[in-house]
Amino acid sequence: MANPRTFQIQEISAHPGPVPGQGTRREEQVCKYIDVTTCIGCKACEVACVEWNDHPFRETTFNDTYQTMPSTEWNYYNLIKFAEDERDGNLMWLLRKDQCMHCEDPGCLRACPADGAIIKYENGIVDFQQENCIGCGYCISGCPFDIPKFHPNTKKVYKCTLCSDRVGQGLEPACVKSCPTGCLKFGTKSDMVQIAGLRAKQLREVSGFADAGVYDPQSIGGTHVIYVLHDLKAPERYGLPATPVIPPSYTYWKWLAKPIGLGMGVLGIAAVFFHRVFYGPKLEQPEPPEIRTGPREEIEAGRKEAP
Amino acid sequence: MSTTAKKFDESARGEFARFGTTRVHPGELLRHPVYTRFLHWSVAIFFILSLLTGFAIYSPWLFRWIAPLFGGGPRTRALHPWFGLLFEVFFLFQFLNWFAPMAWVEADRRWMRRIRQYATNEDPLEAEDVGFFNAGQKLYFWAIAVSWVLFLITGLLMWFSDLTGRWIVAISYVIHDLAALLMLAGFIIHVYEGTAHQPGTFRSMMDGTVTERWALTHHPAWFRAVTGRDSREAYEREKRQLEEQ
Repeated sequence: MANPRTFQIQEISAHPGPVPGQGTRREEQVCKYIDVTTCIGCKACEVACVEWNDHPFRETTFNDTYQTMPSTEWNYYNLIKFAEDERDGNLMWLLRKDQCMHCEDPGCLRACPADGAIIKYENGIVDFQQENCIGCGYCISGCPFDIPKFHPNTKKVYKCTLCSDRVGQGLEPACVKSCPTGCLKFGTKSDMVQIAGLRAKQLREVSGFADAGVYDPQSIGGTHVIYVLHDLKAPERYGLPATPVIPPSYTYWKWLAKPIGLGMGVLGIAAVFFHRVFYGPKLEQPEPPEIRTGPREEIEAGRKEAP
Repeated sequence: MSTTAKKFDESARGEFARFGTTRVHPGELLRHPVYTRFLHWSVAIFFILSLLTGFAIYSPWLFRWIAPLFGGGPRTRALHPWFGLLFEVFFLFQFLNWFAPMAWVEADRRWMRRIRQYATNEDPLEAEDVGFFNAGQKLYFWAIAVSWVLFLITGLLMWFSDLTGRWIVAISYVIHDLAALLMLAGFIIHVYEGTAHQPGTFRSMMDGTVTERWALTHHPAWFRAVTGRDSREAYEREKRQLEEQ
């Protein structure tokens, strides 16, 4: 049985109250390791992903490459990108398994306005809860990797779950299970970073890839899916952003706008209410003469004598 | 404004006057014809619906409170752009209807300089040169017109986000919020002035009429224009009559 602590929720999108696992941090952050240099493009991971998630067969679009389809889809979380590159005047295939990166600081979660539609577990997995999704699509705009995909019929957004259901039972993700070359590994973040570092060193020192390195972008606090790349200096060649960023609209502005908007609403209503209390109405002029006239003291005295 | 738009507005006024009536009793003046009232309330209804659905999405503190009113989060999100679109459509007609009286004039600059006295009820009567709309009302109208443009552009960009891309959506999101905050500030003041602060104003938009006293209090230049009487003189005469009673 899974350790219930593995799936302590650490962050909840658009949640006004406290979160059970806020601030907690597990020793074991999970991580998927992808060595693009030993990927052979067999697509076993794509099949395993579709199988495990019970997705239906879908039609693909042929775009003159070996890729199954142009991009990941709402029911196709995992796709090997076949980028055609050049090295020493020869064709070089950059095979990159594309899926959710499970960012430490997830742009999708920052952008989401629906309470509980996106959650981040203590172990680092970012998961969509479709029953809470309102289908606004802000997560798509918050994601630096173009991962969340909108399903036009259900009006919900879907993406790779890092097989949170399998991980909860102590199993590795389906893609990792199916990989025949060992280019996919799954374990704790620290272990994967160490293995990736060793592999990158090997590539630099033995295989002649002087710029080989580990892609674990710190601009979003690192990711729970890391790549070993032949050339870390140009991640764009693999279709990865060199510096992935969350639009400031979903970080600074949202943080600022929510209290400003609510403050304006509450203070505005209070201001007009107390304006009326302090200054009174603007009556149609001329006002009918007051019934009780006379010096102010007389009126005050009369009032005090009343029972 | 082009003559076509003006002609359309005039014929629309005429058509609405055939179905709706505005009864003007003795001592009252016609302020807003049926067509104007219809437009104002259509704009108001869809503005409020857009504001509520928008605020549910805007703030997690309001999401759980407001979303159930519209049948839950997904429906709130689905309705918001349509409410917004209807607001846009009705305000377009409202704009044509009020474009002329909302023109900024010299008297409005003088009114703006007196805004503190206005806000603290210092003078029981408005200045002689305040016409059909005062500068505050005009300012609100033009703030809505600016927001109208911002809402339309950023709203469409976010609605068709699959064609525009993530940074366009991210920027539009902020501008849409700013336009909403501008509208919210004006809206709170507008509702207050039209109800609690100035008794006798709300009926101008419901029944279409105001009392002559209301007109000489809040819009003396308009009073002079429609009655042909001097507002100060009318005020003094009314006052004498009241005192004799």
